[in-house]
Amino acid sequence: MSETKTVEVNLKRRRMLVAATGVMGATAATFLATPFVASWQPSERARALGAPVDVDISKLAPGQLVTVNWRGKPVWVLHRTEEMLATLPKVEPHLRDPESNESVQPDYCKNRHRSIKPEIFVAVGVCTHLGCSPLFKPEPHDAELGSDWPGGFFCPCHGSRFDLAGRVFKSVPAPINLEIPPHHYRIDTLIRVGEDPKEGGQA
Amino acid sequence: MAEHNSHTSEFEKPGTLLQWLDKRLPLVETWNEHVGQYYAPKNFNFWYYFGSLALLVLVNQFVTGIWLTMSYKPSAAEAFNSIEYIMRDVEWGWLIRYMHSTGASAFFIVVYLHMFRGIMYGSYKQPRELVWIIGMLIFLVLMGEAFMGYLLPWGQMSYWGAQVIISLFGAIPVVGPDLATWIRGDYVISDATLNRFFALHVIALPLVLLILVFLHIVALHRVGSNNPDGVDIKKVKGPDGTPLDGIPFHPYYSVKDTVGAVAFAFLFAVIVFYFPEGGGFFLESPNFEPANPLKTPPHIAPVWYFTPFYAILRAIPDKFFGVVAMGAAIGVLFLLPWLDRCPVRSIRYRGTSFKLLLTMFTVSFLALGYLGTQPATPTLTKLAQLFTAGYFLFFILLPFTSKHEQCKPVPTRVTYHG
Repeated sequence: MSETKTVEVNLKRRRMLVAATGVMGATAATFLATPFVASWQPSERARALGAPVDVDISKLAPGQLVTVNWRGKPVWVLHRTEEMLATLPKVEPHLRDPESNESVQPDYCKNRHRSIKPEIFVAVGVCTHLGCSPLFKPEPHDAELGSDWPGGFFCPCHGSRFDLAGRVFKSVPAPINLEIPPHHYRIDTLIRVGEDPKEGGQA
Repeated sequence: MAEHNSHTSEFEKPGTLLQWLDKRLPLVETWNEHVGQYYAPKNFNFWYYFGSLALLVLVNQFVTGIWLTMSYKPSAAEAFNSIEYIMRDVEWGWLIRYMHSTGASAFFIVVYLHMFRGIMYGSYKQPRELVWIIGMLIFLVLMGEAFMGYLLPWGQMSYWGAQVIISLFGAIPVVGPDLATWIRGDYVISDATLNRFFALHVIALPLVLLILVFLHIVALHRVGSNNPDGVDIKKVKGPDGTPLDGIPFHPYYSVKDTVGAVAFAFLFAVIVFYFPEGGGFFLESPNFEPANPLKTPPHIAPVWYFTPFYAILRAIPDKFFGVVAMGAAIGVLFLLPWLDRCPVRSIRYRGTSFKLLLTMFTVSFLALGYLGTQPATPTLTKLAQLFTAGYFLFFILLPFTSKHEQCKPVPTRVTYHG
């Protein structure tokens, strides 16, 4: 015994229902995906760990560089000598952004030496290319870096070069100068990294 | 109603356990379709070992990986020490860990050879384009899997390698920096990054990999295997309807592949026992130091299987275009089935132009692989630029040369020499 199946299908209505269900489903899926996507953002704890750090520079000799940890990143404090400062104007024709127009720094460090005091240089020691920490190569005419090397920073990962004010040279992968973090002098020999002068109350 | 009755009686009939199971699960049918009566060309050569070997390494990675998770601690404070704990204190932990780390390199060796086989014999051509695309997706997921796995020991190279690779996303205009932060889950590589990479490495990506491998095989079996002659064996069939040049996968190729697996296992054991660090290429020496976010190792290089693409990234003196070139180097492989317009599949019957281009491509790939392990001196960067050009020239010239290629006549049946 067999029976024939007879079903009357209203195709127009079926299409409308399928489309409406699809739109509703997609909307629901978007809402459902939101917590999963947003869950990858830095947590409250990670965001809270942005406290400033203080660096005592009273024992920092000319030519010496010290690295401190600020927000998990290396921050350099370099005491530049007269000879080091003298290289800054000379290298400018070879720099990609000598005026630091494209680069990241507080307004009070947007100058040739990229610092508050010419001799004390504070910078985030993270290459603007892919985030390695460049090496401090202060000696001019370095054997590895060539006879025209004026002294500066060299990134071992992809060969980016920066001068002694963290300004990037032309034809290297890094696009902009090294970042200068907000900082100010609490007293003459104590630098607070991570706070602009106004916030700390002292200039 | 009658049908219903006959069904019931079918299920009620006594029989063997296999019959009982087979009525409820298509066991015999699946076995026959994919193994027992899957007709593969009879002229498979040495190059055809690498598919089954990749499957073997996958099993090795799954088993050793599951065992490693039993002793590993996915936190920035404990990860490095837990690896040392596995190496020194866990019974046989050193062997399981070395099998896993060597397995990662072995995976890429067999996968690269498997892909090269596909390019040589035109296995990506119609009707196997989808097999190639699924295979490329497997390659992509495998790279993600290897990259995330390399962060887990939390050594210096783990940390700075991940720093560089995640920063690649920062090169994307507008959304880049936020995207990089989103991937890290922090402003720097941190505990949050390590923990999520662990989750992706041990659960999410292996699951995707398994599904893709399943699809790769099912898609292959739908259209049938290619062979070193690039001949379609389904065109010449015997009186029983099976290809005259085809032999059932089991027992013929299951036995052949077992021989390959034993030879592979021998080589694998030699490396695991005597050269587990692979001369600094499988496990890099800076990774025996715990991660230090304040100090980049003086010379950082990725593990060998990423170096060709890394060399391309370094060769371009621009952040954004460097990343674009590296992405394109992988992406362009997806398009190979359409870039190659020559109807002849196998290199045995193809023209000189293809042989020259493939040689240039292979030499460029190997040279880039070497250059990626070396420091970026000006001379080596110039060389890397030259070989980057060689790599891309293969894909740029292929559509033109393959259209007018002078090919030899392709035989109707497979051969045993060539």
